Amino acid sequence: MRVKRIEQIRDLKQQAGDEINIELLQPLLEKYKGKKGSLIPVLQGTQDIYGYIPEQAFLEISKKLGYKLSSLYGVVTFYAQFRLNPVGKHIIKVCHGTACHVQNAKKITEILQDTLKVSDGETTEDKLFTLESVACLGCCSLAPVMMIGDETYGKLTEKSTKKIIREIKNSEKQKK
Amino acid sequence: MSRIKAIVGLGSCGIAAGAGKVYDKLNELIKTEKYKVSADKTSCIGMCYKEPLVEIIDNDKSYLYGGVTESILEEILEKHTKEHKPVEKYVVHSEYTETEEDVFWEGQVKIALRHCGIINPEVIEEYEAKGGYNALKKIAERKMSYDEVIEEILDSGLRGRGGGGFPTGLKWKFARQNESDEKYIICNADEGDPGAFMDRSLLEGDPHAVIEGMIIAAYAIGANSGVIYCRAEYPLAIVRLNIALQQARKKGYLGKNIMGIDGFNLDIYIKEGAGAFVCGEETALIASVEGERGMPRKRPPFPAASGLWKKPTNINNVETLANIPWIIDKGAEEYAKYGTEKSKGTKVFALTGKINRGGLVEVPMGMTIHDIVFKLGGGIQDGKKFKAVQLGGPSGGCIPASLDDTIVDYDSVNATGAIMGSGGMVVMDETTCMVDMARFFLDFTQKESCGKCTFCRVGTKRMLEILTRITEGEGKEGDIEKLEELSIQIKEGSLCGLGQTAPNPVLTTIKYFRHEYEAHIKEKRCPAKNCAKLLTYEIIPDMCTGCTVCAVNCPVDAIDGERKEIHFIRQDDCINCGMCFSKCNFNAIKVY
Repeated sequence: MRVKRIEQIRDLKQQAGDEINIELLQPLLEKYKGKKGSLIPVLQGTQDIYGYIPEQAFLEISKKLGYKLSSLYGVVTFYAQFRLNPVGKHIIKVCHGTACHVQNAKKITEILQDTLKVSDGETTEDKLFTLESVACLGCCSLAPVMMIGDETYGKLTEKSTKKIIREIKNSEKQKK
Repeated sequence: MSRIKAIVGLGSCGIAAGAGKVYDKLNELIKTEKYKVSADKTSCIGMCYKEPLVEIIDNDKSYLYGGVTESILEEILEKHTKEHKPVEKYVVHSEYTETEEDVFWEGQVKIALRHCGIINPEVIEEYEAKGGYNALKKIAERKMSYDEVIEEILDSGLRGRGGGGFPTGLKWKFARQNESDEKYIICNADEGDPGAFMDRSLLEGDPHAVIEGMIIAAYAIGANSGVIYCRAEYPLAIVRLNIALQQARKKGYLGKNIMGIDGFNLDIYIKEGAGAFVCGEETALIASVEGERGMPRKRPPFPAASGLWKKPTNINNVETLANIPWIIDKGAEEYAKYGTEKSKGTKVFALTGKINRGGLVEVPMGMTIHDIVFKLGGGIQDGKKFKAVQLGGPSGGCIPASLDDTIVDYDSVNATGAIMGSGGMVVMDETTCMVDMARFFLDFTQKESCGKCTFCRVGTKRMLEILTRITEGEGKEGDIEKLEELSIQIKEGSLCGLGQTAPNPVLTTIKYFRHEYEAHIKEKRCPAKNCAKLLTYEIIPDMCTGCTVCAVNCPVDAIDGERKEIHFIRQDDCINCGMCFSKCNFNAIKVY
């Protein structure tokens, strides 16, 4: 059940010190002001800007669009898409749909946990990767599958999974 | 001079398999004028197991190539441009050559998928050239009344393809009967079933068919506003839908007085889901469109009377809508020619799992599961034994190999305890543990339960705990009966489809594979050799070369033995991780 995320209240408070530029949010709020049923698009837009939904954004949305904080929090914690914590540069979504499960997706998650030294849902120390398990990505014929950013990688093996991570790490190093 | 055209299949899975790179390469080759060909793109052709796919049209002859890499592409283009002949070893489908893959196409009837993989989904003219929007024109030209349209759909026998199987025409009739100045048509594209991707392929491959279906539905029920509720996990589908909507507006298929029909106004917009399986349920979907937590509401009132913003609302699934234009255009009678007595037409299945030819197939209702798995699907991977198929995902159930003569239609599938569902068909072989499978689905529904109904919220959790215990070797006498009892209570005590169907995977696996449950509980043994905690690893002395690889890799140092001498596993220390088994180069480790 989704309510388990309530634990994250504590995380939310810890974020209070996070510096975010709240001005980035204004055009979005302007666009949806007064439109009924627009809460989810607003939250999706907010997450597009910050990568997660920061506490200050909660307060701003509540103030400008007139939603109660409690109902905002209720919606955010209901949907799997929304995050309350900052994420890494690359979000790795490992598919755990039926087809991927049958083709041993668990192993892929374990390999990634090992390689990145994080648990499911966590971000690496260098803020490069966030590891997530997701339900079906809809590429079942390529199972097991993972998605990094907008790119989907299929027919994963231990070797190819490690290689993909290594390549991203290398290209990030070169950028520096 | 002959014209050669190369069409690359750019659906999500195609791109994941590397079709994007092939498409870039093709454009590069054209730009540098190495080959005189033209490039185009299309979407999922259905042969997912052969991705990336490229179709070459050479002198009006079409050849479909599979497993195309950048170098193979050059090889193919070389041959076509120089000799106008195909490179036969890569051809997977063509009228002009026979291939091993032909059997994949035999028996398929493409109605919903009629344009997928054929047209460029981003060009409305290609859809029109194939007879697109003809159904809408027919309604306008013949001045068909809404009653006539509804009658046509009723006659076709079309039933909801999202899983429920409710007659579509009847649904429209109810929505029509409720008078209101505002009515809504919603396309349910929240395809959350793990293991199903028919709707994604349709939206990516033929968005206009879905939109035209919505326009016709809107006309029939009298709706003036439309919403497509699409999963945010399908970014490409959303992009293509947006393009299609814009084109439809420009061409006057959407807007005011559509096709000259006085007072027929409609616009459609997309609402992105935010990741909640329960939103596939009608009333939960409505709550989500309204910007709330996607929790189901009590019925009645049904959406047909009071749905989105309390106005009469009709919700249809993607595949259902894609069938509509075809039915109006060709006639109900033509559609009803396919299928069985109570289930007319065709059904799209996403064939996945331990199968040789995974992909998207559309078959007439009434085909047997055996034919789908062994003829179209080419049988089981690595020559293993077929065990069962899972139909309908977490809401459905399994059908064992012994019942593989079951035909696919709503009633025959229901009779087995499974449901038709939205069309996910996951094939399982002898190495799939059915208890683990049931646990997997319960884990899913348990997480996705919205928490509104106690039985669903707490009951699925308790069931998951029991199932987890069984797969970990802690099963107790009486567990099976407890699972059955909880199942009945959850089914009866839940408001929406999620809870009402959540126990199905458990009930069907108990029904057909009770012996597997019993082996786990009584003998602490997993017959499929899947549940790690119930396995025993042993070194076969005759096969062991003493290479030490297993001992080096064992994470808990539970393997003893000197170099060049036979090794053995200390069972007391072994954690059954399987590392030695996967590392051994001499097949010297057995599992039981």
